Amino acid sequence: MSAISREDVVHLARLAHIEMNDAELDKMTGELAVIVDSIAAVSEAAGDDVPATSHPIPLTNVLREDVVGKTLTPEQALANAPDADENRFKVPAILDGE
Amino acid sequence: MSAATETLVDFDEALETYDPVLGFEVHVELNTKTKMFSSAPNAFGDEPNTNVNEVDLGLPGVLPVVNKAGVEYAIMIGLALNCKIAETCGFARKNYFYPDTPKNFQTSQYDDPIAYDGYIDIELEDGEVFRVEIERAHMEEDAGKLTHMGGAAGRIQGADFSLVDYNRAGVPLVEIVTKPVVGAGKRAPELAKAYVAAIREIVKNLGVSDARMERGNVRCDANVSLMPKGADKFGTRTETKNVNSLRAVDHAVRFEISRQAGVLNAGDTVTQETRHWHEDTRTTTSGRPKSDADDYRYFPEPDLVPIVTSAAWIEELRSRLPEPPAERRKRLQAEWGYADAEFRDVVNAGLMDAIEETIAAGASAAVARKWWMGEISRLAKNADVEPTELGATPATIIELNSLIEAKKINDKIARQVLEFVIAGEGTPTEIVEARGLAVVNDDSALGAAIDDAMAQMPGVVEKIKGGKLQAVGALIGPVMKATRGQADAGRVRELVLEKLGIEG
Amino acid sequence: MSEIIKLSAAALAEKLRAGEVTSVEAVQAHLDRIAAVDGGERGVHAFLHVNAEEALAVAAEVDAIRAAGGAEAEALHPMAGVPIAVKDLIVTVGQPTTAASKMLEGWMSPYDATVIEKVRAAKLPMLGKTNLDEFAMGSSTEHSAYGNTRNPWDLDRIPGGSGGGSAAAVAAFEAPLALGTDTGGSIRQPGAVTGTVGVKPTYGSVSRYGAIAMASSLDQIGPVTRTVLDSAILHELIGGHDERDSTSLTDPVPSLVEAAKLGATGDLTGVRVGVIKELTGEGYEAGVQARFDESLALLAEAGAEIVEVHCPNFKYALGAYYLIMPSEVSSNLAKFDGVRYGQRVLPEEGPLTIERVMGSTRAAGFGDEVKRRIILGTYALSAGYYDAYYGSAQKVRTLVQRDFAAAFEQADVLVSPTSPNVAFEFGSKSDDPLAMYLNDVATIPANLAGVPGISVPGGLSEGLPVGIQFLAPAREDARVYRAGAALEKLLEDKWGGALIDQAPELAAAIEEGAAR
Repeated sequence: MSAISREDVVHLARLAHIEMNDAELDKMTGELAVIVDSIAAVSEAAGDDVPATSHPIPLTNVLREDVVGKTLTPEQALANAPDADENRFKVPAILDGE
Repeated sequence: MSAATETLVDFDEALETYDPVLGFEVHVELNTKTKMFSSAPNAFGDEPNTNVNEVDLGLPGVLPVVNKAGVEYAIMIGLALNCKIAETCGFARKNYFYPDTPKNFQTSQYDDPIAYDGYIDIELEDGEVFRVEIERAHMEEDAGKLTHMGGAAGRIQGADFSLVDYNRAGVPLVEIVTKPVVGAGKRAPELAKAYVAAIREIVKNLGVSDARMERGNVRCDANVSLMPKGADKFGTRTETKNVNSLRAVDHAVRFEISRQAGVLNAGDTVTQETRHWHEDTRTTTSGRPKSDADDYRYFPEPDLVPIVTSAAWIEELRSRLPEPPAERRKRLQAEWGYADAEFRDVVNAGLMDAIEETIAAGASAAVARKWWMGEISRLAKNADVEPTELGATPATIIELNSLIEAKKINDKIARQVLEFVIAGEGTPTEIVEARGLAVVNDDSALGAAIDDAMAQMPGVVEKIKGGKLQAVGALIGPVMKATRGQADAGRVRELVLEKLGIEG
Repeated sequence: MSEIIKLSAAALAEKLRAGEVTSVEAVQAHLDRIAAVDGGERGVHAFLHVNAEEALAVAAEVDAIRAAGGAEAEALHPMAGVPIAVKDLIVTVGQPTTAASKMLEGWMSPYDATVIEKVRAAKLPMLGKTNLDEFAMGSSTEHSAYGNTRNPWDLDRIPGGSGGGSAAAVAAFEAPLALGTDTGGSIRQPGAVTGTVGVKPTYGSVSRYGAIAMASSLDQIGPVTRTVLDSAILHELIGGHDERDSTSLTDPVPSLVEAAKLGATGDLTGVRVGVIKELTGEGYEAGVQARFDESLALLAEAGAEIVEVHCPNFKYALGAYYLIMPSEVSSNLAKFDGVRYGQRVLPEEGPLTIERVMGSTRAAGFGDEVKRRIILGTYALSAGYYDAYYGSAQKVRTLVQRDFAAAFEQADVLVSPTSPNVAFEFGSKSDDPLAMYLNDVATIPANLAGVPGISVPGGLSEGLPVGIQFLAPAREDARVYRAGAALEKLLEDKWGGALIDQAPELAAAIEEGAAR
């Protein structure tokens, strides 16, 4: 496993949708490198024969009957919206409009 | 590269050099009562943000719970596609940011789809059968609906802002993915269209989806690549997104074959990319190059637990499956005795179910076809609705037909009665009664009209007397006129001959 | 100081039922205490929001029902009228829920968490919402966007985290009961460093619906109190199956109060207590180790059979936790994007696209620790690293579960110090994320395996509380209550009272500090 690079952090910040300036990227790169180093041993702890556990307590088939429950009113739904119009959530343009 | 600068190669010419390889990802919206992971209603066309609860909006603290009907429908689709059903499978999170995705991840399935390794046989119009292999069918949730405002008519490009309605967010989807479809050659566009039509028909027949493409219930992403004839390695493919009508599926595949052939003939390489379909120009254009979007960071959904399918559960669902559409068609055509062309017209008109119901209600196959394919279809076309939406029912047809057989009305009047039924005036019998439309069977009334007609047309009478019995027809018109059409033509003929003392 | 606020929840409930105290008096006494010690520059600052009006209204309702008597009074929950504080990670109608983040400043939930529905149904007046590390990420409450919570034992020290607010509120007698959430120790470690009791229930035994998710496969809501019995009472009140949480267990709520009462006899004859070798010794402060060893001696005197167990894979637990937790964090916190609720921050320059608005909203709305974990989790899940990081961590989880399974073959409960150290001073670890992470080394294995754990006060080291942790197999929460209550009884007999009675007088400390 390679240590985490600044370019990695730039890419990860974009994936995570967190804008970072140069100073933040530098700081984050340094901190993550230390953390990643300290946890690297995990990758060698378990062999191929060890199954992964994603849920601490194994349960299966937790299913809901197809019965309609209560809904929010549009007013409740939109009460906390940063911006709204025509009972819908309003967001800036998806694409850069030149 | 824009479409304008690309050199398209004539379709037939392209296929002299290249073999097309197809692949399809069809999304089917299920018609469960509630959403896949929340108990909010799954309904189309309601006011924005009314069919949402805290789960659908991805509010802080919420958790998903799987809709059992969604799972069962997915298994039924898998069975109808001859798939294996996973003994155990789970959900995964597909992480990407987009404002129509409330949690900024889609709950989907990743490496353990509920159904896999299936096939369907697609019959083309001339009866040739292609087997399309199914790679997988998996469960996931739909996104909300974005409306782009400002700029050019609802397009994302140039929009000033967008509005988001989360009513559709969380609606259950089953995504059906094929293995590469090789060997269709020139029939690739036709096969593509027939494949999507077959999927639509299957899910509709199963009752698990409304299957209305114009509402987005069935949506197709079409993958196309070309390889030089004789090659054994696939070329680079493009994925044309949201090809949402059967005709468009045909056209999109046809266009991509022509376009990619142009690229390859020019010595260039096809770019692996997403392309957008434009119905107006019948072309595809390049989508944005993939950047972030290719790293979805899938991982097992920790808020949902695995699904384990028992043999008993699967068999119970299998027992609910209706007869497959292709088999049903073969059976019905044989039962009804329609000619190939007749039957195809019925299927294309979407009237197979209506005719089946009408026959089941007691009509003969011929009578059912006559009404549905004839007058009802004509009126529906005028009204610009589907024949089945016009208001005529199997009961209407049965009743009209028995009135005709009882000689209470004739064909022409029956057509008028149908119009009154559609106008909501009542049953055929009620209408005939109320409007006094019964055929004039009163021989004395008819007799007077016939006498008048014979008196006015002595030449015709002479011809009949001279043995030209078909000349009777000339008298029927005036008699009909005098009785406002309510005369039985057969009876008129009998009476004329009787009056003239001729053996009919 | 009013005697009411010094009562345990169980004792207060008894006085309410007997009519010796009214709920309004009880709530008012706690509101007065909050007013006296929580605010100001040197105040404890356990609360982010005080819910006085509603709390008094609920109290008045309970009092009226009790006064009227009859069937409705009979049907009241035994704890009705006893006030409670709620960690501000749990959503509540009528009070803001912020997760101590600027991202959710002023956010009002339109729905109640399942545990809040239960609290309302039992008519426990909610005093307000308590401080935490932003989105529960931290071990000191220094990562709150709304300022530090101070440790009532020493106002210059951290109250632990992430649930420092709930622990400090209980330790400072601002509330007899509080709700916390524990993802890697966020209930138990603050309990340890504030001299209070905190329990992380078996994963799935308390509904997570309405707890703002940090790491879904690790999070669990649990009680924060001053006595083991109070924790048992609150645990029974909030526990049980919830069909809105797919990971919720269908098992009936076990009789935890009975277990705590059994433990309080101080008799542990026949109980096998396993000392986890890997969670002692090196890395644990001498004072912590000393209190731990003394506790073991008491347990042995009480009839427990002390055995040593080995959990060789626990050394990987911290690393696995710091892969699984941030991975889930990176996904769980993606929803905070300024589209549907919460803050929206526009970019200062450049094109105004939704992508950039999301980016600047998240840049401004999240603090450094949250960003660090999101980026780390994004890395651990990304293509090319998944198998090495997230995949390996999930395998370690299996190994940790196997270690527990083997240990529970030899012992009924396991024991360790809750935290390797006592409360540290503000700022002493905030520049070193890794040092901060080590606070949770003893609490994390329980979250990875889903097993229950309790932290009970084990005495003082240099005047600061030390916590002792008991762990039990999944669904055997009753065992930690029995063991915890036994140790509590044995130590209190030795001390001649509760550890919290040795805490410095708070009002004086606040004044003294302010005067400095």
